[in-house]
Amino acid sequence: MQQANFKTSVDLAAAVSEGDRAALAAALNLLDDQRASVRSKAAELLAQLQLTQEFPDKHLVGITGPPGAGKSTLCAALISVWRKRGLRVGVLAVDPSSPISGGAFLGDRLRMQTSYEDDGVFVRSLSSRGQFGGLSAEVWPMSVVMLAGFDIVLIETVGVGQREADIARLCDTTCYVAQPGSGDSVQFLKAGILEVPHILVVNKEDMGDVARRTLAELRAALNREHPDGDWEVPVLPTSATKNAGVETLADVIHQHHNTLKAQQKLVPRRRRYQTYWIHKRLQEEFGSFGIEQLGGEQLLLTQLEENEVDLLQHYESLRVHLNKS
Amino acid sequence: MSQDTAKRDRPWLMRTYSGHSSAQASNQLYRTNLSRGQTGLSVAFDLPTQTGYDSDHPLARGEVGKVGVPINHIGDMEALFDQIPLDQMNTSMTINATAPWLLALYVAVAERQGVDPSTLQGTTQNDVLKEYLSRGTYIYPPAPSVRLTTDLIAYTVANIPKWNPTNVCSYHLQEAGATPTQELAYALSTAIAILDAVKASGQVSQDCFHDVFGRISFFVNAGIRFVEETCKLRAFGRMWDELAQQRYGIENPKQRRFRYGVQVNSLGLTESQPENNVQRIVLEMLAVTLSKSSRARAIQLPAWNEALGLPRPWDQQWALRMQQVLALETDLLEYGDLFEGSHVVERKVQELISGAREEMSRVESQGGLVACIETGYVKSELVRSHTLRMRNIESGELQIIGVNCFQETAESPLTAGEESGIMKVDKKAEEEQIASLRSFRLNREHSRVEQALELLRTAATNGNNIMPPSIECARAGVTTGEWSEVLREVFGEYRAPTGIDITPLSESESEALVIVRERVRNTGKELGRPLRLLIGKPGLDGHSNGAEQIAVKARDAGFEIVYEGIRLTPAQIARAAQEEGVHLIGLSILSGSHMELIDDIFIELKNIGAADIPVVIGGIIPEEDAEHLLQNGLKAVFTPKDMDMNSIMDAMVTIIRQAHGLETST
Repeated sequence: MQQANFKTSVDLAAAVSEGDRAALAAALNLLDDQRASVRSKAAELLAQLQLTQEFPDKHLVGITGPPGAGKSTLCAALISVWRKRGLRVGVLAVDPSSPISGGAFLGDRLRMQTSYEDDGVFVRSLSSRGQFGGLSAEVWPMSVVMLAGFDIVLIETVGVGQREADIARLCDTTCYVAQPGSGDSVQFLKAGILEVPHILVVNKEDMGDVARRTLAELRAALNREHPDGDWEVPVLPTSATKNAGVETLADVIHQHHNTLKAQQKLVPRRRRYQTYWIHKRLQEEFGSFGIEQLGGEQLLLTQLEENEVDLLQHYESLRVHLNKS
Repeated sequence: MSQDTAKRDRPWLMRTYSGHSSAQASNQLYRTNLSRGQTGLSVAFDLPTQTGYDSDHPLARGEVGKVGVPINHIGDMEALFDQIPLDQMNTSMTINATAPWLLALYVAVAERQGVDPSTLQGTTQNDVLKEYLSRGTYIYPPAPSVRLTTDLIAYTVANIPKWNPTNVCSYHLQEAGATPTQELAYALSTAIAILDAVKASGQVSQDCFHDVFGRISFFVNAGIRFVEETCKLRAFGRMWDELAQQRYGIENPKQRRFRYGVQVNSLGLTESQPENNVQRIVLEMLAVTLSKSSRARAIQLPAWNEALGLPRPWDQQWALRMQQVLALETDLLEYGDLFEGSHVVERKVQELISGAREEMSRVESQGGLVACIETGYVKSELVRSHTLRMRNIESGELQIIGVNCFQETAESPLTAGEESGIMKVDKKAEEEQIASLRSFRLNREHSRVEQALELLRTAATNGNNIMPPSIECARAGVTTGEWSEVLREVFGEYRAPTGIDITPLSESESEALVIVRERVRNTGKELGRPLRLLIGKPGLDGHSNGAEQIAVKARDAGFEIVYEGIRLTPAQIARAAQEEGVHLIGLSILSGSHMELIDDIFIELKNIGAADIPVVIGGIIPEEDAEHLLQNGLKAVFTPKDMDMNSIMDAMVTIIRQAHGLETST
């Protein structure tokens, strides 16, 4: 729909970067569109956005964890802290969809809005659309678009396992929210099913002893050094409903961002992740056959990683190439 | 003749749930109704009053005086009871989140009339818990809401001993889809939650607790399955008595009596062939009157044309006459209990009791009713039951005369008149109410208002009983919005779980659904992404059953659904539609404020550059309004006549296809 108002991808990209809500909505619709005819426009838009800048001062934050851990409420509390600090927040909330009908109930939008008419918050919900193994490939380009328009992009997903691996490859900082009293998180961590997050949160601190026990167990189970190095994984208690510990969590999230920047890791990591998603998206669009035509997965990834200038332009040229062949 | 009269039982209280436009207009109506033999009053408040907003609040736009009377301050309350001496009146007020405030105003008006408040008689509904499950006029989170309920109870038991401080409502649970078993279980669990809270508050001494118990009354629904409903009420009485003795140790049998008032079912009233509602209402009334041992204390009947719009005085008179004929003409009140010794009735009662006990222990094991509201457990159970009911209507298993069978009808003379058989609220009512409110605000003693609000804030914060400072607020000329706002600041606001996220019912896999699902999927493919639907409830109307059922059905048909619950502003709805990239907006409005709200939504959509998203509406929309809305760009109007939800889904797909040029409209 609405993209008709923005004649070219240059116009659309410019409006998105200015934080124009209608433009952002149109861009997200465009990136969500599965029609082959529209995919080129989507790739063009991405290429345009990358030209502008790499947004090192902006922050991609992932919040994940089992259902019922209070993620939405925690996200709302975080958003409210960020808004008070003058930061604009874009949210991508991923919900499961029904395997039979494809239908889904989306999101908890209202809980995530600090006020009724706040231009500084934009929420787009996504259904998982059958991607049980992980996030669907639209999430990545959508996060890029949102990053252009907001200071913080928050991605919320439910689940344990492959989906976290995906979210860890998408976000600068990943927070895992554990449910007090459930030993699952501890078991998953120990078994290595759960990829180590940058920050572990035990929400519902107000549950008292149960929460304290889970906190202690997680602290004990965790090898505190993050595999990425130079970051000691904190285990933080919060109570989103009582608004306790949320300021601290926001501080720690910010601190992780600064650490990444100081260690010159932020941009290179994003680029590395982008190669993963470009590969995933190409695979989705052109299949294994397409990847083979580009010389196979290994060669493709290497080439993408070596391109230090314009990764998303590169992506578009690969698409053009495949569409011609 | 005189002998017979002596033997007869006294009839129940006869009321008509009414109020509209303004305090003056409602007062006129009340005095007319009383002169026609009505024996009590049942006040309907408008939605802003029920949800704690003054008439000039932006959220009140289009809602003032629509479903009830607007009461902003003591001046309005005084006008409402003008020439109605409160010491001789028994007044029932359907008020919940703002119940302490409306009772405070009632007390202050009594003082002005020179009536001793301790002699007042009547009822405040004051059951906020069911508002989270149905009806939706809650404001604060459950914990402070229970506290306000508790304060009102403790206050009246000590100071207005003949007042019924709370009417635990199973009525709205049935409207939300509850089966008789669920009605029993959740209503009794509500009573437990309230009684336990009163006990825990320490406001009532141990030896006075039986007085509290004795004042708890119920507000019950009676549906068309009137034999089962009779049994339900017998079950209620028995379970209540058992609860009294076993859980609370109440000894006095009088205090253990299950006292209840009734409004018979509105859910089952139909828009098509509305005259059939008369028989429905009469049969439903039998359910709560036939058996002496479980007879209602007070009855209010809906008018036959409620599903069409606001009833006129004549429609209300007809409803009252039904009661009078049954109570005064027939021999019903000359006999003892008609069902005593009936094995059939006894078996059914036992079945209901054991089912209700099971569900009550499930609730208890999950931490009680309040916890089950917060987790969404009860709401989801109700949505599931209601979904089943709708499926049974669709499949024809549940027959509704004139709706899914015997649809052919001759033209009805009842709805043929110029006003199409309903009353129109004077459009100027809102303007006049706002003007009078503003002049009232200018002419009060400001320092006294400030002081009273400060007292209120202190009590809210430190836990003192809320009634005394509320009564002072009433005397001082505080407004409904001001009173509620102080408590909003202290307690915060709440959004209840929507309960729609139920697993699809296997019963819902009808052939029609499979066909529409295919169409949803294919259209999604043609448009590049799955079809997205935003379901919005703008305004203050909290009757969300319809919206929930559409949401569940649309999910099962393959739509991606954005539904954020009740009480959204047009701006919120427009923005959500844009942010979420939906293909269609479906609105649900039952309060009669559709004209204003739809206008506002079109304006908001235009402002944000999203005017291309098609909009449809479902609700109680008179035909004349529907035509007007369709001319203004609305794509479709669905009313209670459109019972087949698969057809609604199909129509929505067509509208989306047309909006994207995949089909041309014919």
